[in-house]
Amino acid sequence: MAAQGRHGGKKSNKMTALVVDDNTVNRMIHHRLLDNLGIENVAVVNGKEAVDIHCSGKTFDLILMDMDMPVMNGIEATRQLREMGIRSMIAGVSTRSMEREIREFIEAGLDDYQEKPLTMSKLISIIHKING
Amino acid sequence: MNIVNQLQRQFIDFSTSLHREGFVDDQFTQLQKLQDENSPDFVVEVVSLFFEDCEKLINNMARALEQTQGVDFKQVDASVHQLKGSSSSIGAMRVKNACIAFRSFCEAQNREGCLRCLQQVTHEYSLLKNKLQTLFTLEQQILAAGGSIPVVD
Repeated sequence: MAAQGRHGGKKSNKMTALVVDDNTVNRMIHHRLLDNLGIENVAVVNGKEAVDIHCSGKTFDLILMDMDMPVMNGIEATRQLREMGIRSMIAGVSTRSMEREIREFIEAGLDDYQEKPLTMSKLISIIHKING
Repeated sequence: MNIVNQLQRQFIDFSTSLHREGFVDDQFTQLQKLQDENSPDFVVEVVSLFFEDCEKLINNMARALEQTQGVDFKQVDASVHQLKGSSSSIGAMRVKNACIAFRSFCEAQNREGCLRCLQQVTHEYSLLKNKLQTLFTLEQQILAAGGSIPVVD
C-alpha cells in the first residue's frame, strides 16, 4: 500500500506507521522494529494523541495500538478513529490475555491483534495482512 | 587461544548463563538481533531507558506504599503494570515474574505483601543491572580487541 501525502505531494512508496503506547521502552522497541523494516514511523503516548494527529490531517498505513493507556485507552481511540472514517490497518498490541478483553478491543475496530511483546515476526505477519 | 577468542568464549558463556538463570529470555535475544550498523548502540540505549524507567517506577511504588493515610493500591498497581510491560518487552524475565506476583498483592490490597514484592523487584532489578553491565563491558572489550560480538541464539 503506497503512502500518499495529504497535501497532494509526490507519492512515496514508503510505508508509514503510527505507534500508540504510553510506555517509553515499548515505543523505542516498536520504533526500532519499524525502522528496520524501512517503515517511516511516528509515536504518540495515548489514544487522544492518536486521534488528534489524525484530526490534524495525517494518515498512516499502519497503526500499532496499545490497549491500556491514560487519558484515552486503545479501545476508545480505535472506536473514534473508525468513526472518523480512518480505514488504516489498526493492529492492537497488548499484554491482556482475557478473551473478553481482547474481544472488546477487536470489536472496537481492529484489523489484527498481537500479544506483547512485539517481535519482528509478529510485525511482519501484521504487515502481510496490509499487503495481502 | 588469542585474546579475542578468549573474550568471545567468556561472552558466550556469560550470555548462556544469563538465559539459563532466567535473567533474560528470548525477547532479549530478539532485541540483540535488532541491533545493526544503523543502530549499533540500540541494546545499550533501550536497556538504559528500561533502568531509568525502573528506578522511577520503583520510587513511585515506594512512595505510594508509604502513605500512612491509606495506600492507593490502584496507583501502586499502575506502576507495577508499567514495569511488567517494560520488563516483558526487553526480556527481563525475573523482573517481569516479580511484577506478576506483585500485582496479585495489589489486587488483594495486601500492604505487607506489596512491600515484600517491592523488595523483590528492587533486588531483581539490581541483579539484572549488574549482569547486563558485565555483558556490555565484555562486548566493549571484544570490540576494542578488534573482534566481533558472537551471536548467541
